[in-house]
Amino acid sequence: MTAASEAAIAFEHVSKRYSDGSRAALDDVSLVIAPRTFVAIVGPSGSGKTTLLRLVNRLADPTHGTVQVDGGDVTAADPVQLRRRIGYVFQGIGLFPHMTVAENIGITPKLIGWDAARIAQRVDGLLDLVRLGRSYRDRYPQQLSGGERQRIGVARALAAEPKIMLMDEPFGALDPITRDGLARDYRALHEQLGLTTAMITHDMTEALLLADRIVLIRAGRIVANGTPAELMQPGADPFVTEMLDMPLRQAERLQALRSQA
Amino acid sequence: MSALDPRIADALARLPDYLSGHVLVSIAALVLGLTISFPLAVLAADRPWLRSILLSATSIVQTIPGLALLALFYPLLLALAALSAEAFGWSFSAFGFLPAMLALALYSMLPVVRNTITGLLGLDTSITEACLGVGMTRGQALRMVELPLALPMIMGGVRTAAVWVIGTATLSTPIGQTSLGNYIFTGLQTQNWVFVLFGCAAAALLAIVVDQLLALMETGAQMRSRARVTFGALGLVLVVAAALAPTLARPRADYVIGAKPFAEQYILAALIGQRLENAGQSASLKEGLGSAVVFTALANNEIDVYVEYTGTLWANQMGRTDAEPRAVVLSEVTRWLKDTYGITMAGTLGFENSYALAMLDTRANAMGIRTMEDLARHAPELSIAGDYEFFGRPEWTALRDAYGLRFREERAMQAEFMYPAVASGDVDVISAYTSDGRVAKFGLTTIADDKQAIPPYDAILLIAPKRADDRVLRDALKPLTGAIDIKLMREANLRASDGGDSGTPAAVARWMWQRIQGR
Repeated sequence: MTAASEAAIAFEHVSKRYSDGSRAALDDVSLVIAPRTFVAIVGPSGSGKTTLLRLVNRLADPTHGTVQVDGGDVTAADPVQLRRRIGYVFQGIGLFPHMTVAENIGITPKLIGWDAARIAQRVDGLLDLVRLGRSYRDRYPQQLSGGERQRIGVARALAAEPKIMLMDEPFGALDPITRDGLARDYRALHEQLGLTTAMITHDMTEALLLADRIVLIRAGRIVANGTPAELMQPGADPFVTEMLDMPLRQAERLQALRSQA
Repeated sequence: MSALDPRIADALARLPDYLSGHVLVSIAALVLGLTISFPLAVLAADRPWLRSILLSATSIVQTIPGLALLALFYPLLLALAALSAEAFGWSFSAFGFLPAMLALALYSMLPVVRNTITGLLGLDTSITEACLGVGMTRGQALRMVELPLALPMIMGGVRTAAVWVIGTATLSTPIGQTSLGNYIFTGLQTQNWVFVLFGCAAAALLAIVVDQLLALMETGAQMRSRARVTFGALGLVLVVAAALAPTLARPRADYVIGAKPFAEQYILAALIGQRLENAGQSASLKEGLGSAVVFTALANNEIDVYVEYTGTLWANQMGRTDAEPRAVVLSEVTRWLKDTYGITMAGTLGFENSYALAMLDTRANAMGIRTMEDLARHAPELSIAGDYEFFGRPEWTALRDAYGLRFREERAMQAEFMYPAVASGDVDVISAYTSDGRVAKFGLTTIADDKQAIPPYDAILLIAPKRADDRVLRDALKPLTGAIDIKLMREANLRASDGGDSGTPAAVARWMWQRIQGR
């Protein structure tokens, strides 16, 4: 395990209770994410995964406990400055419909105050990086397909050269083939740019195939945290077994079909 | 020979004045309304408590009828002006422009507030989250994303407000702001339908033009077409400049004459104006002013002269309910005006315009009815019609109690319908105005009020305090005092109510002057 002080992101005894007074969204969660790791956060709807992610860039603040980014307590940081150095890809993508692709991608650099030439160069580079090409510069989001929009969403998050990427079910709304292609492309970017990525998904298969580590969350608590291989070992929490059951059965079934053919 | 109807020519001649007054007050109200409501709405979008206060307040304003809202601002500002004069020794005019602009600005708030809030709150949460996620401050999110995306909705509100304000501005005539409503108020009172239609059409056209120019700017902003935005803005500037230029270029008139909203007042105001012009002075008319407004405006030197009726001052301003002889009322009113406001009573015109009961001349003769006592004897067999306020007025109570009137039936109806009703025998007696031309036209006779239960309503010329020693004005008015008897006034009113080109107030006033000189 990495010590909290060397971690990219560290949660220490974090609880989050919303003001409506219902049960805790997060209940005494501690988690350390080492630099350059790709962590998948998996859990059913309402388990608290999105809340966990939002605590990192202060879209929400914890009720108890501390959250650290690059060794510093986030509550000591200005939320706006903090968000500008952390990439965030939303579930709903959230591209600005009145801005072109280039303007969308260049927004954070513009906020930081880069000059126009540097932004233009960065936008071109990112369009290549997400494999769309520069012809997309002047298009508007509504002229793009779902997959293309999601690539722009990733490019926008990467624009200000963050070292940490937070992704909330980034590929959830896409068809399986697009999704698989995009996920693998992103994993390559993660390696190439030396990023730390925390990605939420409810798809266990995606997590197993993509991530270095998997964190399983249920009802606001972490029930498992390990590499895919560690999770596959027998004797784990019944919930872990349950979550792994379906991908395993699918794999067995496909294997069986292939051997028949 | 031009085929242009003289009434249209008259309407066109007044257009520069009326249009510029209308545009000036509308634009000022819109600008003020926007400057207040837009920032408030942006603040309220984030704050539920402010939002509900703001929306309720602006909605309540909207439920107040436009005419009432405009009328309410007049006394409010008068009180403020008096306070300010007392506290800082500095006062402002509570007449015309200021109350009209403030009331209209208030009126413009709801659509802007509602649309701005709806536009901002209606944004997709993924967009507002994204603003935070990419690292925008609250202000940056508002400026770079939320307002641009809510712009079509906001502009929709601005356009609605513009159309409302331009339409409602026609109601600012009674509080002394010249507007296209002058056509409508004058036209309704003098049965000049050309004027009424002209006023409606001009206001509608102005509203449509402004709305379309705003629409052009809106689509321009959406399409990022600088040309469209510039074109729309330029168009608006042109409309305003074209409307205001003639007024700004023209010098202020030497004298301002007030008139209440009925035909007799328009005619007499025109007559006074013609006398002043004859004396080499320029005069402008403020027509269609409410009864209380015109009096306060005179007391505050906003207008210089107008025709009032003694009974109105006796009952409404002095609050007197006792019956006194005509001469006593006149002298007490005169003294009260001078002592209280410094207003000068420059003379009686020579006729009375009071409430009086009237019936068909032939019928009255046949029944032998000459006086109220005669009428009281026959009343149980007869029905009476009055205008909507008549049976609630002190004059009616006084008459009824003084003579013991007990009619078989009392009916309230629109004043215009009372005359045909009594002529056709549907009702037997009506409440009429003594100087109304229709008394003669429909062959009616008024029944003598020997006990003087109804206070006298002598027409008198009132002069503003600052004009008390104005010889030019006094000399111009002199030939009119005692020169207009009830017969002449009735005939003049009848001519005006018949419409047509000889029926404009100015034409009738010229006709009256010939008759006065002919004596």
